[in-house]
Amino acid sequence: MENDKRIRIITGHYGSGKTEFAVNYTLTLAEKGYNTAIVDLDIVNPYFRSREMEPMFEEKGVRVISSSIKGLAGDLPALSPEIYTILEDKSYEAVIDVGGDKAGATALGRFYNRIDKDECDMFFVLNANRHLTGDKQNAIRYLKSIEQGSRQKVTALINNTHLCGETKIEDIMKGQDLCLQVSQELGLPIKYTVVHKGLADYLPNNICGEIFPIDIFMKKPWEME
Amino acid sequence: MAKELWKGNEAIAEAAIKAGCKYFFGYPITPQNEIPEYMALKLPQEGGCFLQAESEVAAINMVYGAAGAGARVMTSSSSPGISLKQEGISYIAGAELPCVIVNIVRGGPGLGSIQPAQSDYFQATKGGGHGDYRMIVLAPASVQEAVDLVQEAFDIADQYRNPVMVMGDGMIGQMMEPVEFVEIPKRQLPEKDWATTGLRGRKEHNVINSLYIEASQCDKHNEDLFAKYAKMEETEIRCEEYNLEGAEIVFAAYGTVARIVKNAIKSLEKEGIKAGLIRPITLWPFPKANFLKAADMPNVKAFLSVEMSMGQMVEDVELSVKGKKPVYFYGKAGGAIPTPKAIVEEAKKILGGAK
Repeated sequence: MENDKRIRIITGHYGSGKTEFAVNYTLTLAEKGYNTAIVDLDIVNPYFRSREMEPMFEEKGVRVISSSIKGLAGDLPALSPEIYTILEDKSYEAVIDVGGDKAGATALGRFYNRIDKDECDMFFVLNANRHLTGDKQNAIRYLKSIEQGSRQKVTALINNTHLCGETKIEDIMKGQDLCLQVSQELGLPIKYTVVHKGLADYLPNNICGEIFPIDIFMKKPWEME
Repeated sequence: MAKELWKGNEAIAEAAIKAGCKYFFGYPITPQNEIPEYMALKLPQEGGCFLQAESEVAAINMVYGAAGAGARVMTSSSSPGISLKQEGISYIAGAELPCVIVNIVRGGPGLGSIQPAQSDYFQATKGGGHGDYRMIVLAPASVQEAVDLVQEAFDIADQYRNPVMVMGDGMIGQMMEPVEFVEIPKRQLPEKDWATTGLRGRKEHNVINSLYIEASQCDKHNEDLFAKYAKMEETEIRCEEYNLEGAEIVFAAYGTVARIVKNAIKSLEKEGIKAGLIRPITLWPFPKANFLKAADMPNVKAFLSVEMSMGQMVEDVELSVKGKKPVYFYGKAGGAIPTPKAIVEEAKKILGGAK
């Protein structure tokens, strides 16, 4: 991940698991000792957003930037001007978690002339088990709509094909097939293959990109103590 | 078909389309927006019609019209929007029309919050609109169950010529879970020979109406409705019983709260306390007999209703248990969610007191 650019924009269909990936990625950056920030730009989902992890992030020294209306579990598109901090202060290694559809990506689009392309990667998280991104044609259509909304180009694909707690190796390989098709068509590299830590040892050798083992942080209330 | 990952709201919409729903009238409100959004995308492709009405009041009356013409029709909303629809629901029940109404419940009262809640239980089961009427209320606990129940809801509505509500808390709408769309068992459904589809050679017009100006006629209408409701109570009650054998305490919980309670039951088990759960799947008709039977079990010392409300279903539990065992309540409201830990503490407090 040291080879990734300073600002990592994480996009994908809602349900692709992009927030889970963004949360894990951010924590890994923080654990490596970088001055880390996460921006929650998700104005689409009212629940299960990365800002819910704020107390944990703060404990790890991660700066969380979300709504300008603090402490509100709302669905207001109130973006914080603090976002400019990470765009301008180059001491930050930053992750931007973007809402999971074109409307959500539009929130990022408003910053397009303030984002230095050379400093920025935009990852498209792909889950082949999501019905709207389940095949090449639909996945590309979705990717393009997010590019349109965000006015940014995707720079790499991330295979995060899962089925919540029921994920099997076959799911990940199905996702890899799909990523390869999209990769070929669009000329985009597959940067990471995301896998739950419990499954990482069972992956075959022919995995595309780096293997990115994750923990599950975005838990449902009955998955907690 | 292999399992896919679906967001609850999208899955509910897709299930409705699979069940032959051709018309959707609604108005946006969080946390159910993905339902109309999905319908707007997909219904035109299926030869159906999606219409965003000017208000919830308009939407429910469009449902009334489409249902009267014999179409499979649905509307969805969340708590404040469902309140606005109550007049229409009463008319639909009065005119005996089949339709499906989805309520993805959020915190209240008033505008409340957009987080999950179960505080519309009274409104759904005790007649939110005016007059004596009943409506089957289905309460899924997972996205898969939501998908299955939504499909069946259309059949139940057609079978009884009655509105059916599918009620899920905000989490049911917003969470992602693996789903498989499987065909539900077919019901023998009556012809819609009452629908206003034109005379087609018949002499008499079909009339959709809930007005019976003569008291004796309106009384008869109510008697007929209640004969129908009695049949629903006889055949449509559904619930899940979990771990009742040897249980010292029996929880009552529905929807996603039942899953949190199951987690609490496992924790209690580790501490040597046996606990069980009765999870109503139909909130109306309420599984009274299951509770009464549990109340008669000598091992059961108490009942504890856990809800995301200030205590609504607990009243039906009390009525069902008929005073045979004490009934307690624990809940969180306004969008807050009970934790397994708090439920465990509550159960221990009750059992400690009972000993």
